[in-house]
Amino acid sequence: MNDLLKNIFRFFAFILVQVYILHKIPPLHRFIVPYLYFLYVLWLPFSLGRTWLMIVAFVYGLSLDYFLLTPGLHAAACVLIAYVRPFLVNILIRQEGAEQSYGAPSIHSMGLAPYSLFVLVLTLLHHGYLVFLEWMEFGNFWYFLGKVGATTAVSLLLILITELLFYRKERYRTNTA
Amino acid sequence: MRNIFLFIRRYFNFLFFLALQVLALSFLFRYNRYHEAAFMSVASEITGSVNTRYNTVEYYFKLKKANESLVQENVHLRELLRSNYQGADTTRQLVVDSIRVDSLVLDQKYFYRDAKVVGSFVTTQTNFFTLHRGLNQGVNVDMGVIGPRGVVGRIVNVSSNFSTVMTMLSRQFKVDAKLKTSGDRGTISWDGISPQFVQMRNIPKNVKINKGDSVITSELSSIFPANILVGTVDTVVNDPSTNFLTLRLRSATNFSTVQHVYIVQNKQLEEQRMLEANTRKTNE
Repeated sequence: MNDLLKNIFRFFAFILVQVYILHKIPPLHRFIVPYLYFLYVLWLPFSLGRTWLMIVAFVYGLSLDYFLLTPGLHAAACVLIAYVRPFLVNILIRQEGAEQSYGAPSIHSMGLAPYSLFVLVLTLLHHGYLVFLEWMEFGNFWYFLGKVGATTAVSLLLILITELLFYRKERYRTNTA
Repeated sequence: MRNIFLFIRRYFNFLFFLALQVLALSFLFRYNRYHEAAFMSVASEITGSVNTRYNTVEYYFKLKKANESLVQENVHLRELLRSNYQGADTTRQLVVDSIRVDSLVLDQKYFYRDAKVVGSFVTTQTNFFTLHRGLNQGVNVDMGVIGPRGVVGRIVNVSSNFSTVMTMLSRQFKVDAKLKTSGDRGTISWDGISPQFVQMRNIPKNVKINKGDSVITSELSSIFPANILVGTVDTVVNDPSTNFLTLRLRSATNFSTVQHVYIVQNKQLEEQRMLEANTRKTNE
């Protein structure tokens, strides 16, 4: 499938899953909100420039916000991880020029440990910022810590399941192809 | 001048990042305060129609509970019928009010519209419902919403065919309520912890409260009719630092299963608000 089509399809699929499945789960605890949608931003191709990455993340976050009636909340968090993502990729990439050889961040293109770190850092950043915005209006410090911790744990579990279910085999790109 | 351009070019990404953050945060804070956001009416038409599609499936699974609560409401209304009451004692005379209902329309204060809930969330800190009824069907901002069992929320946003309700499970939602037994008034709010419980504040400590006491809307809440059930007392929290009690109420409405609600329009609200505004002006 074409990269663009694939990403457009993911855009809608992730939002629908987040809104109509994950947000419909009866609340287990006030600390636990199952978030998976931001994986879309992590899965965007390397070739996307930083400016475009942020624009896509903003539009993506805002479309989720209109469903959840929190205009701006998820958009702000998505833009933050889109901004930080290229720095992390530069630090964590396994070999020279892997951004050119592979399409998008995955276990295959970055290696298991760097990719896990990549996901962990961005998940923590995303939830930290999201809960911080919520915390500014109400809540205390323990609420902040507890919610970031619990939500990150649940998100990592969901991401692990998603990675196992939808194994993305990245083709090694050569100049000849 | 050249340096400024160089600066902008060098830090373009960071500046762009800041600009997007400011945009997103201004959306957020504006929405939290005024419940308005750019493209909101267009967006809510789109999300509303997607929600309606999802609801056709979800509705099927909640039919049983929706039915139960409607039947209970019917039973409650039937109990109020005059024909159910007959005194055995013949010395007592039942006086029947002879005003025809039709002639009362002019005096009708609260007007009800039914609406279907097509989108609902109970998992976040500010929980909203989407109703399939909007401006074209006579819904407006600041109307009260009640369910078959009790208070649900307040309309905060309308588009032409959909409206969004800030439910009682929202940090910003406040409603004036009273204890049914003693009539003491307090304010209802939500602490964001459990969707089954809401808080009632400012009840004086000398009031006797039992577990299971009903809490109903008071005459002061202008968007809701008086005596609509809010919830029942679950626990009494005694805060030694103040002279007031905080009650933890089990909310009457089950927010995760409610399917049909009534939108209440107070026809005299505008007059009341105008008078209050004028009074404030003369006192200044």
